[in-house]
Amino acid sequence: MSATTFGWLVLLFPLLGMIIISVAFRRLPGISAGVIGTLAIALAFVAAVCALVAIQGQPDTHRELTSSLWDYAVSAGMDARLSILVDPLSIFMALVVSGVSTLIHIYSIAYMTSDRGYNRFFAYLNYFVFSMLLLVLAGNFLLLIIGWAGVGAASYLLISFWYRRTTATAAGIKAFVINVFGDVGLVLGTFFIFRHTGTLDFQKAFAAAPHVFTHNSTDLVAGCLLLVVGAAAKSAQVPLHTWLPDAMEGPTPVSALIHAATMVTAGVYLIARMHPFFEIATSAADVAAIIGCLTLLVAATIAVVQTDLKRVIAYSTMSQIGYMIMGVSVGAYSAGLFHLMTHAFFKALLFMAAGSLISAMGGEQSIDKMSGFRKAMPFTFLCFMVGGLALAGLPPFSGWLSKDDIIGFLDNRGGGFLILGIAGYFGAFMTGLYTFRMIFRAFWGEPCEEARELEHGHLVHHDIPTNPQTGEAEDIDVGFPGAEHHIAERDIAMRVPMVVLAGLALIGGAVQIPGVDNVLTTFLDPTFANSHLYHLEGSTGADWAGLIIGALIAVAGIAVAYRTWVLKPGTSAALQARFSRAHTFLSNKWYFDELQDALVVRPVQWLGRFTESVLERGVIAGGVTGGTLGVVRAASAAVRRAQTGFLRYYAAVVFVGLAGMALYFLISAS
Amino acid sequence: MTAVLFFIAAIAALAGAVGVVALRNPFYSVLSLVCHLIALAALFLLLRAEFVAAAQVVVYAGAVMVLYVFVVAYVGGQDDPLHRPGGALKVLAPLFGVAVAIELCIAMLGTALKGISSDGAPYVVGFGTPAHIGTLFLTTYLFAFEVASLLLLVAAVGAVMLARRRRGLEPEEEVAPPIVPRAAFTGTMAEAAGFRAGAGTTTEPHTQTEPVGSQTTPPPPTPNTAGVGSTSDKSEGGW
Amino acid sequence: MAIGWYLTVSALIFCIGAVGVIIRPNPLVILLCLELMLNAANLALVAFSRMWGHEDGQIFALIVMVVAACEVTVGLGLIVAIYRRRLPINVDELNELHG
Repeated sequence: MSATTFGWLVLLFPLLGMIIISVAFRRLPGISAGVIGTLAIALAFVAAVCALVAIQGQPDTHRELTSSLWDYAVSAGMDARLSILVDPLSIFMALVVSGVSTLIHIYSIAYMTSDRGYNRFFAYLNYFVFSMLLLVLAGNFLLLIIGWAGVGAASYLLISFWYRRTTATAAGIKAFVINVFGDVGLVLGTFFIFRHTGTLDFQKAFAAAPHVFTHNSTDLVAGCLLLVVGAAAKSAQVPLHTWLPDAMEGPTPVSALIHAATMVTAGVYLIARMHPFFEIATSAADVAAIIGCLTLLVAATIAVVQTDLKRVIAYSTMSQIGYMIMGVSVGAYSAGLFHLMTHAFFKALLFMAAGSLISAMGGEQSIDKMSGFRKAMPFTFLCFMVGGLALAGLPPFSGWLSKDDIIGFLDNRGGGFLILGIAGYFGAFMTGLYTFRMIFRAFWGEPCEEARELEHGHLVHHDIPTNPQTGEAEDIDVGFPGAEHHIAERDIAMRVPMVVLAGLALIGGAVQIPGVDNVLTTFLDPTFANSHLYHLEGSTGADWAGLIIGALIAVAGIAVAYRTWVLKPGTSAALQARFSRAHTFLSNKWYFDELQDALVVRPVQWLGRFTESVLERGVIAGGVTGGTLGVVRAASAAVRRAQTGFLRYYAAVVFVGLAGMALYFLISAS
Repeated sequence: MTAVLFFIAAIAALAGAVGVVALRNPFYSVLSLVCHLIALAALFLLLRAEFVAAAQVVVYAGAVMVLYVFVVAYVGGQDDPLHRPGGALKVLAPLFGVAVAIELCIAMLGTALKGISSDGAPYVVGFGTPAHIGTLFLTTYLFAFEVASLLLLVAAVGAVMLARRRRGLEPEEEVAPPIVPRAAFTGTMAEAAGFRAGAGTTTEPHTQTEPVGSQTTPPPPTPNTAGVGSTSDKSEGGW
Repeated sequence: MAIGWYLTVSALIFCIGAVGVIIRPNPLVILLCLELMLNAANLALVAFSRMWGHEDGQIFALIVMVVAACEVTVGLGLIVAIYRRRLPINVDELNELHG
């Protein structure tokens, strides 16, 4: 079967899984919904692998294949088809998405048992994976936008999964609104580009790009900037990043899948896919790079003071995506995508381990209350260490190779990009710092009460679970994690994916060791053949120098964290007291939420109130409908007065009418 | 000769018409209309419509007017004064009547209709005789004939429905008696089958002391025991 | 006599009848005046029938008579029913069908 057939199969399986689970969701007993969902995604992964094999079997120039299922609206000036593009980039993304999704599905089978929304969860997850695969496999702007919107909707559904929790629903709405804002950017950007290229199809648009646009032409820059807005909203870049920390309200597998490995990388994919346009509109590319750089710094600084475990990991996601966006904006496509892949591995691993840890704490997420879990949860500890080392970027873990690949590229390009590279190194230092702050605080020190209980084999369980943020009692009717908490040490279905991911985090970097192999670069070459930045390779020596510097900086970060939180436990409190203003600033997340509230939320609310009271009540209800009503009422009251009830009056009216008519005819006849 | 007869008949008809309108007593109005109808029959004869004239006298002046007389006698021909609301109507109506009459006359006599100024078409023997009328009714105008019969049927049924006596429509009897459940083993069926509370063997339902009428009328909700005594003058029997 | 004379008489009778309908408050008398108007129409019909020489007008007049009879029947039935309910026989006081 051809690669495109496999491409369609990749889309078909999650769709079928979603339909089956949705239709039969009341009747699926036990964990069958989980099994069906996992099977669907696993089959999609298998199909992606088959597509990979099929594509690699083709000669180099024939590795970008489109296949169209149906012509939706093909007429003068518009060619909207349901077509997919199977090329190395989309297969790469499909493999990462479906592979990590399968592992997370397996994890969820165990983690979400005893949750009353079990079937609903898997239906939503399958829907999400389908939309994401649609996004990456899209062959034209139409399907890209559809997939883009679909993942936004899935994100909303999954963030507010426990829908009786007010914090969860508020977070879901926030995520959705910011995502829609990005959607508008994407659609408008598409339009700006479409106006000149005249086609929605990717291949044709890319081929037409150099002929239709001049370097930094206004329309193209505007279009690309709007695409960057879309990417920034979806990938949680400054200033549209405020939804990601709140999105941690969703169940941990959701955080692992959507907000670490897949959905938030859609922005990276977008910029990588649209590279022909970005290489012509270099100003827009520079803007995107600066945004990525800003994000990685801002997020790293905030992560250092966060006290909620999942939020630390969320900010680290934001920071790492900043690296990726920076990478693909300046031309380091393979490096950025390489980091995307390794990040998916170790971030999903970290979230899974975090889920296990939070379950052990009985739902408590604050690291202030955690300590000394090393003895009680050895497996989780190991996973945290592997993930943390990969994230910080220590050899030989994959994160080291991928992150420094990006920074190396920046240094290589030189000029202004060197500054970005230095910022990247600073970010790496902070990464090591906050990651190991988290690990040292949770696993070193005196075991807390929950850890002690667990050492004796007893898992803590609160009778009335409370929302960790607001303290209000949870509504367990709906499905806040049922009555049970699942930790990795006890559930095999949680351990298997974590082991796989840990292995990948450890050895996954082997595909791009400078001087030894560059599997990814050669694999992605057909897609980026038309790029003039792709082949900017530095010397192997420079690459290794960068790698060594990166490793040293990461070790420095870990060492500082060790000193502050393990060797001298009072240091952080002292620092906090001394730099209290800075600490408050960082704790309040650089006041971005307040800024958005003042700039956007309040004016819109005011506009809504104004429209309702003045326009809706006054003009429309009072004037238009009320006025018409009044006129009709008055008219009918006037007419009603003719119905007196007196028979003779009626007869008289008839007679007078007759007289009038006869008169008329007489006059007209004469 | 025909002119003289015409004028006599016409003046009689008009006088009758004025009498209907002007006379106070409705009875006199009815009699005046009878006179008008007979004058009209004379006019029909002058127009050689023999059968119509005969029908006019027999049906109209005969049957319909007799019906009127009956009703006026039943309802009562009280003199009615003329001061009513619509005093304005009293003045305006004759005015408009005169206006319409003048208009109609102008319409007719002012036209160039040649036929009106003639004596009519040449006379055909048998014109207006029952034979010709009958033939027409049963051939060309059969449908109208049948429909007219149907109309008569409808009117007859309608009149009967309207005028029948209905039970319980007098205002002081509008309150329905309250429904009180009977004691066990009482009631017409029970008694007819021979069940009596306490007195096992007697099977005669009619020897009870309650009024007989309310016992046997089918199936009244009126209670036997609640002492709503005067049930006998309530029941009007069938109608 | 010329046919026009008959038509004039018919018109006069019609107008007298119409005036009577408006002026009199007693429903019985109103019905009588209605009869007047119907008779005027009959006269006109028969006159035209004579003018043309067909009996069609007379047929029509007979049907009108049938209709008048029916109408009188039903109308008088109504009046009897009103009388039975002890309502005043006066159209000015029977005025509850109003808006």
